[in-house]
Amino acid sequence: MSDAYSGPVTGHVPVLRLGDVLLVTLQGDLHDSTAQQLQQDLAETVSRTGVRGVLIDISGVEIVDSFLGRVLAEIAAQAKLLAARTVVAGMRPAVAITLVELGLTLPGLGTALSTEAGMELLSQQAPSRPGGPRQESP
Amino acid sequence: MHTAAGVEACLPIRSDMDLVWVRQHVRQAAARLGFGLVDQTKLVTAASELARNTLVHGGGGQMAAQHVSSRGSQGLRLAFSDEGPGIADLELALSDGYTSGGGLGMGLSGARRLVHDFEIDSAPGSGTTVRVTCWVVRPPRPREGV
Amino acid sequence: MPEHEADGQLATPTHEVRDFLHRRREQIAQRWADEPLFRAVFTVSRDEAVEAGKVVVDALTQVADSEQVEDPDSAGFSAVREQLGRMGAARSRAGLSNTQVSSELAALRPPVENLLAADLQQAPPEHLRACSTVLTVLMGTLRLVAMQTALSEWQALSDRQRMQLLEVATPVIRLWDGIVAVPLIGTLDSARSQVVMETLLNAVVEEHARFAILDITGVPTVDSLVAQHLMKTVAAARLMGAECIVSGIRPAIAQTIVHLGLDLDVITRASLADALGYALHQLGADIVKPGAGQR
Repeated sequence: MSDAYSGPVTGHVPVLRLGDVLLVTLQGDLHDSTAQQLQQDLAETVSRTGVRGVLIDISGVEIVDSFLGRVLAEIAAQAKLLAARTVVAGMRPAVAITLVELGLTLPGLGTALSTEAGMELLSQQAPSRPGGPRQESP
Repeated sequence: MHTAAGVEACLPIRSDMDLVWVRQHVRQAAARLGFGLVDQTKLVTAASELARNTLVHGGGGQMAAQHVSSRGSQGLRLAFSDEGPGIADLELALSDGYTSGGGLGMGLSGARRLVHDFEIDSAPGSGTTVRVTCWVVRPPRPREGV
Repeated sequence: MPEHEADGQLATPTHEVRDFLHRRREQIAQRWADEPLFRAVFTVSRDEAVEAGKVVVDALTQVADSEQVEDPDSAGFSAVREQLGRMGAARSRAGLSNTQVSSELAALRPPVENLLAADLQQAPPEHLRACSTVLTVLMGTLRLVAMQTALSEWQALSDRQRMQLLEVATPVIRLWDGIVAVPLIGTLDSARSQVVMETLLNAVVEEHARFAILDITGVPTVDSLVAQHLMKTVAAARLMGAECIVSGIRPAIAQTIVHLGLDLDVITRASLADALGYALHQLGADIVKPGAGQR
């Protein structure tokens, strides 16, 4: 394992570092194993780089089932333990409607309309450091 | 739009690679039958949940896709079957949040909410078959009281 | 005048009717052309009505020939099914009730029956009776076929209108940069709320709207099902990164919601104006009165 956030390796989703944020772009139909690999890669990368935010662009994802939903929720939970906030950006309307019908509302996740809005959200949260930034958990 | 070609198929479910094929096939078949984008997404998601159940709990099996029509409505019927250990308590398995496989426990119960008709056949030791149907133009059906 | 009566060899009643229809094709069509149904549908020329009448007589002849006078699915009807349906539908559109259309169809029988009675004057009474029974059944089946076809066309039309109404009834309005609103009017059923949800979420994407206002001022009652639909829309918008505000909750509805024990986990405002004010504030654009401006 050389550099986790470099080129695309089979089974790996590339993780890009943009300043204080890790950017992941998910595309098309993800294998379960690829999603699990991403979860592991992200935990390692957040821990190693000490970034404050993880931004996952899912505008290219056509379906999110309960498996991928759980992976996203766990990514957010483990990032939070490492003092980073996770935002999922660009979920399509059909995907959102289906997730709600499925019974998943992913309360621990921050959401944004687009990657730009997501970046803005993450940079806004950064200064309010003490106590740890969070938005919607009760 | 009334052709069965490209809709009817029987796909194996043996690995998570097969889940991808199942999703792609259901997506294409649903598009061919004229389902709208939201309904396509619901159906593919339900298929993904059920196929994963077949793989994880049933130890693998297959999905059969079939074009059905009733009173002028076009529909897609999917049957997921395995020869696994079966389900002892169906009511429990169908309730929200119940899980035996480490998921969120939304697989069966969630999939049921995404389709119009849902049937399950299972007994301990004799495998499990789940049949779901979605209609392009819904036939009149009573609001489910489940 | 019928030829066969001479030696007492009578055709079966059904065949008698078939031969009669074939022989009197022109006269029947002529008489039908003057009946309200044909007159009202074929307004361009009388000849057109006569031609249409002949087609129907031909269909009846064929049905009588197949001896399936009481079967609406008889092959003979298939040629005229569409035409009959159009005629019935045209009369419905003209404002006639189904019963009125049905009685106009029934009015086609007497002229034919009179002709038959005239033709069979010399025949034994029981034969005449048998033949007019066959004719009555045949005309009854014709009426059934016409009503069936007209009703199914009417059904399709009403389905189409219903879908159009659903779409028309859900206008999404862009109130400001990043703020969209949908005023809901009338009863929210499952089909309707599905359309509302999809339309609103698509508008959120198109307008890059961070705020979506659901105004329920025009919704007469909120029961737990409606509340559930609202909550689903709110949850889906949240997953996409937009926030929903429900506005226009009248006092009576607020009471109902509390009585039902529903927990609307969502931002609510009394009026659309308040909701807009809240959303603008969140976007960093406050509304200030000109006079009281720069504190």
